[in-house]
Amino acid sequence: MTGSGLPRQSSPRRRRRSQWRGLAYIAPAMALVIVFFIMPVLFTGWMSLHNWPLMGASRWIGFNNYFRMYNDSRFITALNFTAYYTVIVTIAIFSVAFPLAIFVEKERQFVSAYRTIIFLPVVVGLATASLLWVWLANVDSGFIGPALKGLDLVAKSPNLLATFDTAFLTIVVMVVWKIAGFTMIILLTGLQAIPAELNEAARIDGAGRWQRFVHLTLPLMRKTIALALIVSVTGSILAFDQFYIMTAGGPQNKMISVVYYIFNQSFVSFNLGYGAALSIALLAILVAISIVQLWLLRAGEDHP
Amino acid sequence: MISAKEKRARKRLRLQSAYHLTGIAIAIFFLAPFAVTLLASFRHGTEASLPPLPPWPTAKISFDSYRLLDTFGAGIWRHMINSLLVSLATVVLTVAVSLLAGYGFSRYRFPLKNVLFVLIITTLMIPFQSILTPLFIILAKLGLNNSLLGLTLVYVTLQLPFSVFMMRNAFDAVPKEIEEAARIDGARDLKLLGRVLLPLVLPGVATVAIFAFLNAWNEFLAALVLLSSNERYTLPVLMTAVRAGRLGAINWGAVQAGVVVMTIPCLIVFLLLQRYYMRGLMAGAVK
Repeated sequence: MTGSGLPRQSSPRRRRRSQWRGLAYIAPAMALVIVFFIMPVLFTGWMSLHNWPLMGASRWIGFNNYFRMYNDSRFITALNFTAYYTVIVTIAIFSVAFPLAIFVEKERQFVSAYRTIIFLPVVVGLATASLLWVWLANVDSGFIGPALKGLDLVAKSPNLLATFDTAFLTIVVMVVWKIAGFTMIILLTGLQAIPAELNEAARIDGAGRWQRFVHLTLPLMRKTIALALIVSVTGSILAFDQFYIMTAGGPQNKMISVVYYIFNQSFVSFNLGYGAALSIALLAILVAISIVQLWLLRAGEDHP
Repeated sequence: MISAKEKRARKRLRLQSAYHLTGIAIAIFFLAPFAVTLLASFRHGTEASLPPLPPWPTAKISFDSYRLLDTFGAGIWRHMINSLLVSLATVVLTVAVSLLAGYGFSRYRFPLKNVLFVLIITTLMIPFQSILTPLFIILAKLGLNNSLLGLTLVYVTLQLPFSVFMMRNAFDAVPKEIEEAARIDGARDLKLLGRVLLPLVLPGVATVAIFAFLNAWNEFLAALVLLSSNERYTLPVLMTAVRAGRLGAINWGAVQAGVVVMTIPCLIVFLLLQRYYMRGLMAGAVK
């Protein structure tokens, strides 16, 4: 309950004093949020209407930065790539995390050890994980190529990061390794919230394992699944570290995500105004997706 | 003849071994990258550039890779101290600011309270990646560009929605009678908060601190954008420069050693404080 202030003083003067005290307590947090969050958000809009170089004066150009986006084929490529990556990674994470969640659901010997081990990569940074995997996948002294050759799966140790398909696959495997434990834990809490009696009753009624999963588990977990989906989708849309570190946007600049493109425009080419306009576009996409996600969550509530 | 009971026991044993064999395979997939890198980071200088089969040092354990890592940028100690300073300062400031704000939101009535709370929580919905360009300009205007303090303040702000939410809930869970009794005993304001209430919300503080530490230690994009001179680099920024060969030829031994240095604090913090980490995860994700 948030509405009830503790000092229940009666006189108006004392209540006013306690109001100021409450504001004083939240003042440092508000100051940070205003300076490092609200101001930048508003400033993004303002900057996006300017030609804003790093040095020299900025110039008002109205909505030209936004028109520029329309004809910017590299931006469109980045959008398409980000969408493609988001879909593939989300599917990959779910198809690994769901079986894992079921695997570690029941309490038995060593199960908490399995849970912890699967979760370990989650606490390591995405940049760290990318650095780790870029070495594993590296052609000269990496581990994966020679290991595949050692197992006689390939004739010659491949350069995994040289072609789009193998580099993309490597990045997807890395991200699944890094994130699956997180999604697993979310799904696990959903699984464990399903009353055991329901499952038992369905079993007595003659429902098989698969039937119970499709008709009982999945509908009951709709909210949890929607939540895990939200986390995965938003995370993937904002992906940057892995493409910057593992392939530097290559091969042939095909792996440049939206955030990477904003980074390039703002901090490599120093088109800060255009970078701001791109940020607004990214923001609009995220807001649109949030609305869809909220709607998904709501829809989940109708069938508890 | 085998009895039915014996058959059932055998079947159970078979299922159980199948379960654990799968478990071991899964564990290998999730642990192997760590293990291989850790082992390879101890290979001898010349051996480090050879194909990695076997990945462990064959001649003798050597710290060459770690010594080499020290020759990049301003030396590994400098960058480790940068990362530690930023992370620890983020922890201290996040805890202090969110403790105060959580208390204020939980216990006081003031105008626009709900609006302000929502404003802080909104920070979660607008990711910092989409405000990085103006943030860069604003920090420059404040004279905080290329400074560890500026980066720290950005990290603290990023931590606030989760931390304030966490601390408000922690204070909500403390019975008001305790506070009233302390007030009658003469404890006031900050003294009351520090002496009486802080011990009661310590689990919440631990959760907030762990998330602040891990996020600040691991953050890469903001550090890459906001830090421009070599000697200020935090570890992730230094290591990408090493990996990209921007500080000389790429040395994979140094990259492995760097990965180990960046990974170990995360694993230690997590393994020691798992309970609090999971609590935060549940509160943050499954609320």
